[in-house]
Amino acid sequence: MISEVIDNEQVELLLNDVLETHGYDFLEYSHASIKRRITRLYALDSFVSFAEFRYTVKTDKQYFKRFLEEITVNVTEMFRDPSFYKALRNDVLPVLGTYPFIRIWVAGCSTGEEAFSLAILLKELNLLNKSLIYATDINPSVLEKAKKGMFPLNYLKQYSENYLQSGGTKDFSTYYTANYSLAKFDESLSSKMIFSTHNLVSDHSFNEFQLILCRNVLIYFDKDLQHKVFNLFDNSIENLGYLALGSKESLDFWPKAKGYKRIKQEKIWRKL
Amino acid sequence: MEKTVNKTSCTALIIGGSAGSLDVLLEIFPQLSQNLNFPIILVVHRKASNESLLTDLIRNRTSLLVSEAEEKELLKAGKVFIAPADYHMLIEEDHSISLDYSEKINYSRPSIDVTFQSAAEVFKSGLVCILLSGSNADGVEGLKSVNNFGGRVVIQNPNTAIMPYMPQQAVLQVQPHEVVDGHDMATYINKLNN
Ligand SMILES: C[S@@+](CC[C@H](N)C(=O)[O-])C[C@H]1O[C@@H](n2cnc3c(N)ncnc32)[C@H](O)[C@@H]1O
Repeated sequence: MISEVIDNEQVELLLNDVLETHGYDFLEYSHASIKRRITRLYALDSFVSFAEFRYTVKTDKQYFKRFLEEITVNVTEMFRDPSFYKALRNDVLPVLGTYPFIRIWVAGCSTGEEAFSLAILLKELNLLNKSLIYATDINPSVLEKAKKGMFPLNYLKQYSENYLQSGGTKDFSTYYTANYSLAKFDESLSSKMIFSTHNLVSDHSFNEFQLILCRNVLIYFDKDLQHKVFNLFDNSIENLGYLALGSKESLDFWPKAKGYKRIKQEKIWRKL
Repeated sequence: MEKTVNKTSCTALIIGGSAGSLDVLLEIFPQLSQNLNFPIILVVHRKASNESLLTDLIRNRTSLLVSEAEEKELLKAGKVFIAPADYHMLIEEDHSISLDYSEKINYSRPSIDVTFQSAAEVFKSGLVCILLSGSNADGVEGLKSVNNFGGRVVIQNPNTAIMPYMPQQAVLQVQPHEVVDGHDMATYINKLNN
């Protein structure tokens, strides 16, 4: 049984090694999820003992790259939660459109599907030219993929349905060209994106934004870490700027939440 | 089928179901005692877009508090927590809920295996897991963990399931403590209360 080979103490040993040797701090991640990722990787790579696994993670740089890729969950979609994108299109971006210049941070962007969805909205609202999207993630490998703007073609049917549901009216296929099993998205979309690694646990605020999207990242963090990250965002959002979270995440229990006002039913808050 | 009679009381109940399980659930809930002294967690396969439909259906059939599980929410006795569509749901040591948007397991998110496995380690002998009708084998691996950690494995009698494959696989691969007919499931759950 994969879920029993590694116990809680061993998880802690391993994560302490990772912090000391590689500088990545996963100690405040939700325990059950990170443990599941670790046991999954342990089984996947057929280690014979925990000691061997621990030693490899600690000493083998190449393997640690894989560890980082597999421990983080990089699943994502274009126009995931169509009603969220509809709210961005109708209620948030038009307000930002009144600014001379729009700076957006997509934190935990994974392979870029979210950033490209956003760029499509901005383009359709004629705002892309004056926008800049900073897309960051802890995992350098997903950023390499995101930069290419190529997504598996077999997902595109779903994405175009999501797009239509989110209020899109164009023919979605005009945004990409099919290339074997991949859809390559228009370079005009990525021309306004800056990709960079950024660790929400340990890195600082690096700019001021009018909109920050951080969706389905905070579910992996424990409450204290969530609050630290909210403070980081608070330091990175202009007054009257917006913060958007995933459909199951909330600002509610954060002590400074009173300084933010929720927009309609969506997980979008405006800084007062 | 009966193994050693499990004397430890139930501290958490998880019900997993897939195709054909809704009928059983809709039959169970109206009959449940109003003051259950353990939380009930439901993990049911469904389309990502049918968000609140299941919650509404269950809520209309019981006076127990029913809600879609929130991230970091604490499990509470007498409440029903439904794993949200399109997220896996895990249980932490402090009995709070973690949601996880990782790869589908057995083509499913939420996956029954994921919740069974994580809860097995936390609740050990206090856990009761019921696997209902379904047409894939999600839940079977999870039930093995439940067994290993001393929890109680209950399977819907495949002959009473609309889709017998899932409970059948479970009966074949896991040593269940009980195999219960769909119609008797509510009575069985009420008896867990003490
Ligand atoms: C499930 S994906 C979410 C992708 C996208 N935002 C969405 O909602 O579809 C979570 C992403 O968060 C990233 N992540 C995890 N921990 C992080 C951290 N400490 N700092 C920055 N990104 C992190 C992961 O690498 C992963 O790409």
